[in-house]
Amino acid sequence: MKNKGLNKVDLIFEKVDPKEVLLKAFSMSPEEIIQEVLESGLKGRGGAGFPTGLKWKFTAAEKDPDKYVVCNADEGEPGTFKDREILDRVSYKVYGGMAIAGRAIGAKKGIIYLRGEYLFILPQLQKELDEFHKILNEIGYDFQISYCMGSGAYICGEESALFESIQGYRGEPRNKPPYPTTSGVFYKPTSINNVETIVTVMMIIKHGAEAYTQLGTKDSRGSKVFSVSGDTPTPGIFELELGMTVQEFVNEFGDGDTKAVQVGGASGFCVPRKKFNDTIIGFEGVPTGGSMKLFNSSRSMYNVLHNYLDFFAEESCGQCTPCRVGCQQLLKGVEKVKKGEVKSNYLNELIKLADTMKIASKCGLGQSVGNAFRTIVENFREEIIY
Amino acid sequence: MINLTINDQSVSVPAGTTILAAAQKLNIKIPTLCNHPDLCVAGNCRVCVVEQKGAKALVAACAAPVSEGMVINTNTLKVRNARKHIVELLLSEHRSDCTKCYKNTKCELQALANEYAFGDTVFLDLVEDHPYAIDRSSPSFMKDDSKCIRCQRCVRTCSELQYVSAITVANKGAHQKISSFHDRPMSQVVCTACGQCVNRCPTGALTEKTAIDFVWDAIYNPDKHVVVQTAPAVRVALGEELGYDPGERVTGKMVTALRQLGFNSVLDTDFTPDLTIMEEGTELLTRLKKILVDGDKNTKIPMFTSCSPGWIKFIEHKYPEFLPNLSTCKSPQQMFGALAKTYYAKKRQLDPSKMVSVSIMPCTAKKFEADRPEMRSSGFKDVDYVLTTRELAIMIKQAGIDFRLLEPSSYDSIMGDSTGAAVIFGATGGVMEAALRTAYEIVTGRDVPFNNLNITPVRGLEGVKEATVKIEGCTDDWKFLEGAELKVAIANGLTNANKIMKLVRQGKAPYHFIEIMACPGGCIGGGGQPIPTSTDIRKNRSNAIYAEDEHMKLRKSHENPDVITIYKDFLGEPNSHKAHELLHTHYTEREHY
Repeated sequence: MKNKGLNKVDLIFEKVDPKEVLLKAFSMSPEEIIQEVLESGLKGRGGAGFPTGLKWKFTAAEKDPDKYVVCNADEGEPGTFKDREILDRVSYKVYGGMAIAGRAIGAKKGIIYLRGEYLFILPQLQKELDEFHKILNEIGYDFQISYCMGSGAYICGEESALFESIQGYRGEPRNKPPYPTTSGVFYKPTSINNVETIVTVMMIIKHGAEAYTQLGTKDSRGSKVFSVSGDTPTPGIFELELGMTVQEFVNEFGDGDTKAVQVGGASGFCVPRKKFNDTIIGFEGVPTGGSMKLFNSSRSMYNVLHNYLDFFAEESCGQCTPCRVGCQQLLKGVEKVKKGEVKSNYLNELIKLADTMKIASKCGLGQSVGNAFRTIVENFREEIIY
Repeated sequence: MINLTINDQSVSVPAGTTILAAAQKLNIKIPTLCNHPDLCVAGNCRVCVVEQKGAKALVAACAAPVSEGMVINTNTLKVRNARKHIVELLLSEHRSDCTKCYKNTKCELQALANEYAFGDTVFLDLVEDHPYAIDRSSPSFMKDDSKCIRCQRCVRTCSELQYVSAITVANKGAHQKISSFHDRPMSQVVCTACGQCVNRCPTGALTEKTAIDFVWDAIYNPDKHVVVQTAPAVRVALGEELGYDPGERVTGKMVTALRQLGFNSVLDTDFTPDLTIMEEGTELLTRLKKILVDGDKNTKIPMFTSCSPGWIKFIEHKYPEFLPNLSTCKSPQQMFGALAKTYYAKKRQLDPSKMVSVSIMPCTAKKFEADRPEMRSSGFKDVDYVLTTRELAIMIKQAGIDFRLLEPSSYDSIMGDSTGAAVIFGATGGVMEAALRTAYEIVTGRDVPFNNLNITPVRGLEGVKEATVKIEGCTDDWKFLEGAELKVAIANGLTNANKIMKLVRQGKAPYHFIEIMACPGGCIGGGGQPIPTSTDIRKNRSNAIYAEDEHMKLRKSHENPDVITIYKDFLGEPNSHKAHELLHTHYTEREHY
């Protein structure tokens, strides 16, 4: 593992002339755009990390002429607030990236699924969208973007539940396959990308894939916007080059007493102090959609875990057994362990359950509950029991 | 064709086949729970997870399509452990009062627990965390959320098969449950009481509201004369509950069993379908005459059949503007009930106040129908208790009757005779066929122009069927129909009914007469029929119905001697004043929640 150190970057929020970038993109063939994105090594910024170029390639290969670009702006992961900032400051880059995606995959329609709680920025976003549509008009490029509001369910950040929600149904994940690239929103081939991913594409087109690959590591190309919160003197949004260790991150943002960092939100991993030095933030270590929560020694990791489990027991869609019932069992289980109503080795049974949830749940929500559970219980066992 | 390997055995299946179906081809059993052959794939219980070589997560066999070169293992340690966990998780949220449960020994969760979760569970009891109240508001069924495992079969049944969506998924996570509009009781929503959800519920969460104990009380009451009627579809399905294969006819044995149970009069509902045909056929011809000859603007066609109480409730909720199109004929059950306590009582010199009228039905909506306030034309409750096919089987078992050893016997007389036309009421298209056999003969004096009276275009389990009958050679009274083409349509399952109703609402339905049955396949697929159900099972029951028809000496309703007698001795003519009093009814517009 090569350590790149902590470097601040200004790519996502860099001001650009959207028309200029779009003209450059539209001068390229769809294949060339996809090739550029593939070469950049960009992986999805929502957390799952699927290669963006590959997603576009699959969607482009679909025969159905009716395709969609969907921008996932549901941003529900506890501890992330970067997409709101991106939309607030550079929404035109989101629109531009979507238009480029549309060109690449052959879609004429884009939908932005906006987190319900962000309703207050919608008027401004809509105004900026109107401006953007004018630019497209000037260029003579046919691509229409519209907004669809979420209603506050965490599960609707899961791509197929998001499609269901857009279609007016209950937000429940679908069976996969078929994947969105074949059957997405309105059962049409769909490329669904996170806000940050889409903006990054805009910058890859502007600067070129080669320049972009200078940033980051082999497995984690480029830079990433981090939402920093918890016990830190400097909470906020920071764009950093990928490849730093957690220690380097803590050196910059910690309060001198950091005992753990939760990387990737409630569905992410807890890194304890003893592992700060040899854990890289990125796909070779701990992947993250951007949520970085720091905990100092005043925090009870039992409370942290309890909070996450409470969240999951509430936010599971309830459709599949491992997730619906498993979350409740984990929550009730740690409560009983804490109260001494069951023996402490009951935690081992719960870890086995978390493992079952990881392999048997229908969607990413249930599959990732075990991440935080396992890493907190394994590293802070005594705090859970006593 | 796609080639794959399951448990080291190779198999070739068409693209799009699920792993589950491919495994079935190899006779490899993969347990399922949320899966049902009549419904779309859900993939939510996860009981069917299997291991795919090269994949990190397990895959749901019911939902995952096969792919070329796929290597599947259904029985690894990883799979077994996950499956055991899943079954135990389901049990932890399920109120397991199995020995007292109505579905004891018939519960699919219980069967899975037998295989995967015997002994101590590691999981905590979650039932106490979820307050529940059993919804007993519907006269037809009960809903007990504490036994619900959220497989959503009921939800899919209600929306896909029935287009009703009275029940749906509410809330999320730990609070997710199957509920109704604003959590209203089931008696106050659009529920048609068809019981299709009850038929597909794997546990005791949805069960019919049983009347068994009331019926035993009546039977053992020396002051009461208990009359029982059996619907046509019961005789071709009861056997399934008693160890016979689907499609086995057990009519004679059933009659013997009913006598042994202690019913005083064992009569056949089939008597009243014949009567229904006389009344409904006459009503249709009268409507046509009013429109074509008298130019009456208030008479409505197409006329809809009214035998299926689930359909009646559906149209009352969803298309109330078409209630005038509904035949005013009561269903055969209710005609029978009204006559049992009047005509039959008179003939047998029985005091109607001391009679108890019981019906054995393939249906849960019949329980609702019997409770309708207008169903008291005899001066008493016309039908006191309705038992489903399943409940009758329970009573036979309770009485210790060895059904296989019974000698067949015949129904009692007066209201026990029937024809093939009445028997086929049990299958979709049957009412139409029976009506055409009689109406055509009334109008022309000749048999319907179909080989051996078998009007095959109206038969079969397709959702919507259409047929046209050209009327030729009319008698003098019906000359105005000479050369006319009678257009009919038939739908089974309320989703199909809705397709027709949409056309009717748009004015695009060219039909004169429409038969609608609420349940898939008609009464043979009723909500009160044996569990499980599938297209194949319904096909077998349907074949048995038509075989019974072929075996009948009389196959036209108007030839039923008991029917001829009742008109002569009691009712006068079809649609007479007396007939209207006892055999016809009216309908009520209902809320659309």
